[in-house]
Amino acid sequence: MNPWGWRVAWLLAAAVPLAFLTLFFAWPAASLVLRGFHDGDGWTLSGFQTVFASPRTWRAVGFTLTSATASTLLCLLLGLPGAYLLYRTRFAGQGALRALVSVPFVLPTVVVGVAFGALLREDGLLGWAGLSGTPAAILGAMVFFNYSVVVRTVGSMWARLDPRLEQAAATLGASPLRVLLGVTLPALAPAIVSAASLVFLFSASSYGIVMVLGQGSYSSIETEIWFLTTQLLDLRSAAALSITQLVIVTLALWLSSAAQTRTTASLRLQPDSATSRRFDRRRDWAPMALTLGVTVVLLVAPLGNLLWLSLHRGDRLTLANYSQLASDGAMGTTLWAAGRTSLVTALAATGMAVALGMLVSLVASRRPRSTSARRGLAALESLFLLPLGVSAVTVGFGYLITLNRPPLDLRSSLVLIPIAQAVVALPLIVRILLPVLRAIDPRQLEAASTLGSGPLRVLLRIELPHLWRGLGLATGFAFATSLGEFGATSFLARPDNPTLPVLIFRLFGRPGSETYGMALAASVLLAGLAGITMAAAERLRPQEVTTW
Amino acid sequence: MQRMIVAGLTAVALLALSACGGAPSSGEAGAPSPTQTDKLTVVTHDAFTLPDELKAKFADETGLEVTYVAPGDTGTLVNQLVLTKDSPLGDVVYGIDNTFASRAASEGVLVDYESPLAASTQEFAAPQLTPIDFGDVCINADTAWFEAAGIEIPSTLDDLTDPVYKDLLVVTNPASSAPGLSFLLATIGAKGEDGYLDYWQALSDNGTKVASGWTEAYYTDFSGADGKGPRPLVLSYSTSPAYTVDGDTSTTQALLGTCFRAVEYAGVLHGTTNEAGAQKFIDFMLSPEVQAAIPENLYMYPVIADTPLPKDWARFAPLSEVPFEVPAEQIGQHRDQWIRDWTEAIG
Repeated sequence: MNPWGWRVAWLLAAAVPLAFLTLFFAWPAASLVLRGFHDGDGWTLSGFQTVFASPRTWRAVGFTLTSATASTLLCLLLGLPGAYLLYRTRFAGQGALRALVSVPFVLPTVVVGVAFGALLREDGLLGWAGLSGTPAAILGAMVFFNYSVVVRTVGSMWARLDPRLEQAAATLGASPLRVLLGVTLPALAPAIVSAASLVFLFSASSYGIVMVLGQGSYSSIETEIWFLTTQLLDLRSAAALSITQLVIVTLALWLSSAAQTRTTASLRLQPDSATSRRFDRRRDWAPMALTLGVTVVLLVAPLGNLLWLSLHRGDRLTLANYSQLASDGAMGTTLWAAGRTSLVTALAATGMAVALGMLVSLVASRRPRSTSARRGLAALESLFLLPLGVSAVTVGFGYLITLNRPPLDLRSSLVLIPIAQAVVALPLIVRILLPVLRAIDPRQLEAASTLGSGPLRVLLRIELPHLWRGLGLATGFAFATSLGEFGATSFLARPDNPTLPVLIFRLFGRPGSETYGMALAASVLLAGLAGITMAAAERLRPQEVTTW
Repeated sequence: MQRMIVAGLTAVALLALSACGGAPSSGEAGAPSPTQTDKLTVVTHDAFTLPDELKAKFADETGLEVTYVAPGDTGTLVNQLVLTKDSPLGDVVYGIDNTFASRAASEGVLVDYESPLAASTQEFAAPQLTPIDFGDVCINADTAWFEAAGIEIPSTLDDLTDPVYKDLLVVTNPASSAPGLSFLLATIGAKGEDGYLDYWQALSDNGTKVASGWTEAYYTDFSGADGKGPRPLVLSYSTSPAYTVDGDTSTTQALLGTCFRAVEYAGVLHGTTNEAGAQKFIDFMLSPEVQAAIPENLYMYPVIADTPLPKDWARFAPLSEVPFEVPAEQIGQHRDQWIRDWTEAIG
């Protein structure tokens, strides 16, 4: 292909995902927000005056910023040792532990509410701490959800760092701590920044955690937008808050993008097997103790409690909840039907998100010489992260007023559910794949060109194999996100074809031992499905990747 | 080449923006004249469920291809209908309750329909809506807990602020839960617009916990349900005790002096392309089979008076004889303000 052909090809590669994002995210969300600035006769900014005159708004903004920042810092503090332990050392049971840490990521909030609520209430296992309804409970749940984002994003990069740099530093007399601070962490910085920005966005936009665990005493920008939109339909105030949310998210993305540019250095990446070393009790006891502590308190206790509860009916230890769910079904559907709907939907969403995410990552990882082009690409990358920072209710209600006539009358169509899930999963994929592509040593690309490889050959022989390595992780995360997605899905729910999270939500909404027990059993099955998916995605990574 | 990419991205972004620009004026379609189609979209609240056989029977008898969508609780549902009234979400709605009924009517979301089957339901009449079922939202008590503690079960709203019952009650947030809003209205019905916040302050001082939703309150905090929480008083429905029956008694009981009467309605949506089908669906909801299925599926009382009830209901799920009431127009005018005031004062 001639250079012109390549230009057109890259433009197309950017245009397809952009069109998708515009149609299924930007247009619906912007339409709803714009309605808030239009009062029938003309444009008005009165929403801002009302919203910012209220002390409630400032409390919500303050709470959003502090809780998301604290959650990000805590996740990094706890997650980095976990990343080291799970990706740089080898020990028996490691695979299971890797799968376990990802399970919370897919659990719908109603399940987290039940799992944590039973632990934290006055007579619960952790009731002595008096955390019920406090910001600490909210923060704990945010870390519960996002811990695996740090462990996996940073860990998969860590696993592939060239150990020779660290070895050289150690040989030259640097202490282990100095090697960590001076060599390893700087090399991991892009992945750390990437993970941190994801955790911040997830925490800042979490609705269910703040509502359920804060028991209404705390509100964030996100919960205010939900309340104003779904209960009051006060679009004017909601729009002003949505803009505020957008400003905060844009600032966070700008900060992370600046940090990433400053820290990205080309790395010599290795296949992971070459760098991991056997677990050594003397060297690795501290990260092991910390990771086990986190795992037990934050993961095993709530999940184990859920499992324990699901094995009971009344006071009897029994499998009745599972057998009844499997044989009779509930709410006009069977477990198998709901499971199938969930899997098919999540597969479709993952397919869309992965295909589009690869395109975005390839385009955004170009290395243009002109500054304006580089800025353009950075903006493109940030654009695809926005869905994480914009309220699901804004997008969901936006669908209702935009996708409402042929050929796009999709509001009661089953197709819209995987599309909405793909919009949510897409940013995650971009955030996982981009650092991998950016870490390719430019000298390798240049050497290939000098030796006569055309752009296509460079793409096929160097860039795609690298992309391939990140793909297992990206696919796993995308699939798990879609499997557990509830916010956007709930607005599009079809009672006859519920996904598992929707079925669980509906079962938990009714009185009676049977429905409660079946809801618990379905939650455990969903958690198990997520664990299996993540473990499988981990193994999906091919070994025959280019190394040098 | 890089310039080309940037130029291309800019073009796409501009296209996107111009697409957004036209959005606020979307949907001038108005009400299209009813044309007969064989498709019917039923919009319901998220707790809607009926046996498959009944739904299949309706589809067979009418020859309609029916799609059910359930976008949220009653408030979310009504607000979505208001938002989309120029291009309706479906043809017929079920699940608007009396806390949001006046809003649906005043916003022009519905068209008139009087079902020939609705004759005996005058007492719940609401403009443009057909009552389908009703029930009471009441405080429930864990009878065994009170027996073991040797304390008398409370019976009135005022009892709940008595120090004897300190730290025993969990209710739900009216800003995020439909029963929570019903209970807020019960307190307004009982204490008046000027007194309800003082009452809530007294509840709060007496250690009342406010959970975000029914599930959290009933299954995490309440001692009488399977979650085995610490609090023996919970906000739920008058029918809930019928689902905690153990042997020949129920382990819970509804406090009939603390109830708000909730009525659920169906209505034909303005702008439907299948008005006849929508009307048939409302008639279907009033048919004897559906009315008889309502208790076990929706946990509400059927609106048609002589419908047989499950045998446990007479004993364990009686209705309140003196539910608190607030006129629908008054709810319509003040609901949002009441919720906001409550949130400022208590939430």
